[in-house]
Amino acid sequence: MTWASHLPIIVVLIPLLTAYITPMLGWMDKRICNPLVIVSTSFAFIASLLLARSVLTRGVISYHMGGFAPPFGIALVVDYFGAYMCIVISFLTLMAAIYSREYIAKELHESKTAPYYTLLMLMTGGMMGASVTGDLFNMFVFFEILSISSYALVAITGKKVAILASYKYLLLGAIGTSFTLVGIAYLYILTGTLNMADLSVRLASLYGVGRSSWTLLVALAFFMVGYSIKAALFPLHTWLPDAHSMAPSSISAVLSGILIKVGALALIRVLFNIFQPEFVVETIPVTSMISWMAAVAIIVGSLFAISQVDLKRMLAYSSVAHIGFIILGVGLATGYGTTGGILHIFNHAMAKGCLFLCAGAIIYKTGLRNIDDLAGLGNKMPFTMAAFTIAALSMIGIPPTAGFISKFYLGLGALETGTWSGWVFIGAILLGSLLTAIFYMRVINNIYFKEPLHREDVQRDETPLGMLIPILILAGGCVIFGIFPRIPLSLAEPAAKLLLGI
Amino acid sequence: MSESLFGEDVIVRTIARLVAPFIQLFGLYVLMHGHVSPGGGFQAGVIIASSFILLALALGLPESKERFKKTIRLPMESSGPLIFALIGVTCILAGGYYLQYGIAFLFPPAVVSAILISAVEIGIGITVLAMIVTIFYAMAGD
Repeated sequence: MTWASHLPIIVVLIPLLTAYITPMLGWMDKRICNPLVIVSTSFAFIASLLLARSVLTRGVISYHMGGFAPPFGIALVVDYFGAYMCIVISFLTLMAAIYSREYIAKELHESKTAPYYTLLMLMTGGMMGASVTGDLFNMFVFFEILSISSYALVAITGKKVAILASYKYLLLGAIGTSFTLVGIAYLYILTGTLNMADLSVRLASLYGVGRSSWTLLVALAFFMVGYSIKAALFPLHTWLPDAHSMAPSSISAVLSGILIKVGALALIRVLFNIFQPEFVVETIPVTSMISWMAAVAIIVGSLFAISQVDLKRMLAYSSVAHIGFIILGVGLATGYGTTGGILHIFNHAMAKGCLFLCAGAIIYKTGLRNIDDLAGLGNKMPFTMAAFTIAALSMIGIPPTAGFISKFYLGLGALETGTWSGWVFIGAILLGSLLTAIFYMRVINNIYFKEPLHREDVQRDETPLGMLIPILILAGGCVIFGIFPRIPLSLAEPAAKLLLGI
Repeated sequence: MSESLFGEDVIVRTIARLVAPFIQLFGLYVLMHGHVSPGGGFQAGVIIASSFILLALALGLPESKERFKKTIRLPMESSGPLIFALIGVTCILAGGYYLQYGIAFLFPPAVVSAILISAVEIGIGITVLAMIVTIFYAMAGD
């Protein structure tokens, strides 16, 4: 066995090992935490890239934990989608870790430095694990790891509102995990296995067979509700605006950028890896149902975002809308549509990560959260605001930014369905983009064109370099991957094809 | 809670003091027999932790904490999972899969797997011990 065949476990181990080393080293010297986390996330990022290369050259990798062959042992199965998610997760965490060095020093009490990085690494390990695992129960465990550390991270500032938001998140998150656990239990009763590949083979023989098919449907319903809470799909999104706006901004970026997408990943795994695509598309039209919900999420999330006055809350509601775009792509279950949904995971992660980091930089420099107070910031922090504008354009989907490509693919996917509902979805995408334009343009208008109340306040006061670099990298990514969309598509396209079996 | 629940009751204090080491010894027994008999790291950790909880109830929280300081607990909490993970890595280095105990590495596979499983159990025991005690102290008003 070459070392490359161990990459699936390495990408999970790096963040988890760091999570346990950090408190010990941080106990000796707090300043060591940040470099340690940056170095290890960089290694995780490189390992994810190597993993993706190895998946692209050799196909799906199956790694047998403890040497026990599946379905008896736990297997890590990395397909194109898993490798793609690993890259997105490690990249955005790396950006958040670089950003945290200066941001955390001001935002958090010194005694919370080591716990902050520990929890961040635990959360990353959980997300990586959930992306690469091929075992249903293993995925549940990784979901618990990432959820519990994210509850703690939301509340880490210790402010009362943050604790309240975290509590709300914890209650709904706990409901979500219990629902998925019940779903797993039903499937285990039916088949006696937890391995995803094995489950899909065994379940195929149970479709439409008397009572067991009813149990199957109940299990599917439990999974859909449970993972929809984790992904914050529209009617179950109520925890998101509080949790994502009250967390420290670096954490908001990770939560909004990737954590809810891991919920979407779980939905995709359940729909396409455990249940057959034909079953969820034709026999029981789950995918068309979630497409409609996603379309509603796009419109309602954007409408809610328009009515916000708090910048971070507005960004959080915008995430509700954009998880709608991703789930819509999944629900379309066509080649272009699902590719667009998967591509939007990456594009939204970059854009929303950048926006939250910019919001954090504004709070860091001025302490302002209200959108109407942002007047004159275009002169005060030109680079940060330029990055904010680029990321906002990507969110709206204006070419040549990356958001345009994924929305274009989603539109193509909606057309590909060839039904009247496809046209409705196109309408939802367009209307959602227009509404997104309204609330981002309001911010951009305030930043650049509105007269500030106190002219003397407006002096050049740029974000510190350590915080500016990740912001600029993410904003640059929004443009680069809009001009060269082939790079993410080289993984997203085979991922969608493999998931749909076409 | 500075004083114990039982005040200065001599019987409770003496018995608790006498029993605590034996509880810990039993915990170690459960730990080392984890791979061949019922028991293992988690159970052993809880048993040993219960001795500290007993001391906290009988002698009071400060005295129990004096015997198991935070400076010892904190490294213990992290080192357990590290032992677990590093043993998994050792298996990779020896040419097997992650956590594949039954590999020929200096000794025959059966011996190696017995050693490695015991080591993993010790790691789990250390963490569970430290975590349970920390949770108890935190809930008792650390």
